[in-house]
Amino acid sequence: MSRIADAFAACSDAGRAALVAFVTAGDPTPADTAAILDALVDGGADVIELGMPFTDPMADGPAIQKANIRSLGAGTRTADVLAIAKSFRERHPSVPLILMGYANPMTVRGAEWFADAAAEAGVDGVICVDVPAEEDDALGVALRAKGVASIRLATPTSDAARLPAILTGADGFLYYVSVAGITGQQQAAQASIEDAVARLKAATRLPVAVGFGVRTPEQAAAIGRVADGVVVGSAIVDLVGEHGASAPAPVRAYIQTLSSALADARKELA
Amino acid sequence: MNAPNSFRAQPDERGHFGDYGGRYVAETLMPLILDLEREYRASQVDPAFKAEFDSLMTHYVGRPSPMYYAERMTEMLRNSAPEGKGPKVYFKREELNHTGAHKINNCIGQILLAKRMGKTRIIAETGAGQHGVATATVAARFGLPCTIFMGARDIERQAPNVFRMKLLGAEVHSVTSGAQTLKDAMNEALRHWVANVHDTFYIIGTAAGPHPYPEMVRDFQSVIGTESRAQMLEAEGRLPDLLVAAVGGGSNAIGMFHPFLDDPDVKMLGIEAAGHGLATTQHAASLTGGKPGILHGNKTYLLQDEDGQIAEAHSISAGLDYPGIGPEHSWLNDTGRVVYEGITDSEALDAFQLCCKIEGIIPALESSHALAGLIKKAPTMDRDQIALVNISGRGDKDIFTVADAMGVKM
Repeated sequence: MSRIADAFAACSDAGRAALVAFVTAGDPTPADTAAILDALVDGGADVIELGMPFTDPMADGPAIQKANIRSLGAGTRTADVLAIAKSFRERHPSVPLILMGYANPMTVRGAEWFADAAAEAGVDGVICVDVPAEEDDALGVALRAKGVASIRLATPTSDAARLPAILTGADGFLYYVSVAGITGQQQAAQASIEDAVARLKAATRLPVAVGFGVRTPEQAAAIGRVADGVVVGSAIVDLVGEHGASAPAPVRAYIQTLSSALADARKELA
Repeated sequence: MNAPNSFRAQPDERGHFGDYGGRYVAETLMPLILDLEREYRASQVDPAFKAEFDSLMTHYVGRPSPMYYAERMTEMLRNSAPEGKGPKVYFKREELNHTGAHKINNCIGQILLAKRMGKTRIIAETGAGQHGVATATVAARFGLPCTIFMGARDIERQAPNVFRMKLLGAEVHSVTSGAQTLKDAMNEALRHWVANVHDTFYIIGTAAGPHPYPEMVRDFQSVIGTESRAQMLEAEGRLPDLLVAAVGGGSNAIGMFHPFLDDPDVKMLGIEAAGHGLATTQHAASLTGGKPGILHGNKTYLLQDEDGQIAEAHSISAGLDYPGIGPEHSWLNDTGRVVYEGITDSEALDAFQLCCKIEGIIPALESSHALAGLIKKAPTMDRDQIALVNISGRGDKDIFTVADAMGVKM
């Protein structure tokens, strides 16, 4: 089994949803990211998403846009992102690590180069925001050849006719973007999330994680009752923006509130 | 690369021009652009759609635009060329269209599609404001609310166009992310579109973006080349030897070139903005100074660093100031069918002033790049050859920039 599957299975056995935590690599500087990642793991994150900074993050709201600008402004290069991943893998041999970002930085040296580099750095999966299933004949193929999961996104606009295309070649988990919009803006109505998760779980055996706009422990718990995973990004990135190099302590404290909310979420149901 | 049987058969059914183009968008937008493609295909075979488009082109835009024999430009080029050299020069007068540029051709086509799809709001990005003004114009004409995304820096530099858009009833949304110019305006328009897919139509201003935009914009702009072809046959009884057009995103150039692509004797020259020079980082020449990558929904040549981070473009012409180019131009470049060269800010300024003085036409700075490309090429062309330059827009909008560059206080 892969680290991603193991992590989701362990959470499922423990009766809770997996907590998937996102931060932008190199924010505020490449040297600060390791301690922030450690704080995420310490606080109880089950899966780590490491954002690759890009000059033109078209799908991201203001919080992650600013994180990209801070990171690139601090001189973060692709080599730094890979080095951050590699040292994370050495410190945390069993915690799944996902790279999330945009097509151009991932494919500029060729999809094979990137798949090699990601595998070499101990990365378990890749989310490429602007490579939909229809254009995935290079990147997805290269990643699969190296045993790196190609994680697909489904959205409220992905109707039944599109789902088979999205699920073909999908691996790791299915990331349900709960609002038609950009990251960190608003949260979808709980009922619509529940409907969507049920629809997706009927179509795939992959775990389904839900993200976009999740900020509070209450929101996380509500989603955690129905989904296999809850993704939190902008709220963490905002803490990094506010606290900079001293972000690890507040990030750890915040993740702990989410993690315990998820641990209790399904007990309240029983 | 082997020459294809036809240069006019692109893109393929997935929107690829050779290796370029495609649909590199977030999943949220995929169903919408697939829907747009279906509606576009249906409109292509709908006589009522074509009739409405043609009627607006004639009575609202003022087409056909004239093809004009630039007699004094021809004379001047011959006088400074070696004996027997210097072509006969014609201008395609797109600057005489309603709103003063070719941009309106595409906006008419897209707003008719928006209406057909039942969309009730229009958004667009703009750099210098020309596409914003053209979009605000058609939105006013069709009574649809319209939001134009424009970089905060461009809003400062282009105050007259901002006021024009507001007069036309558009809301101008100031974009403060990134470098606050065209690229960032496009990012913000895409973000807004993702959040409002249910009721909003995005009128992209150039032959770029995800499929079907590059094909669709090209088709709407092909009226330029189709008219030119007929006008040249009428005037000269033959086709031109050389077409010249400026290329930013490339919509006026592809509109001019596409109807001629399978005429092997017609050579084509696309002029990119070389800014302060191709040897500097201050230019906007994606083909001559960039490499292939993925941005704004398509794979195409981009100005970028070795990590794939997008570089800021520079040109004195705000309409050419973009780090990418339409994907069909990338393909035409690689096949060799069209030759692309750079013209610097100062070469374009010289051509701008020359055209004002000897033809009584104030060309847009974009079109001045094409003119400068012709002026460079002319000494190598024979007297009995014919060159056709696309004067894609008028230069009234540029007089402040030109005055500033000439050191004139207004």
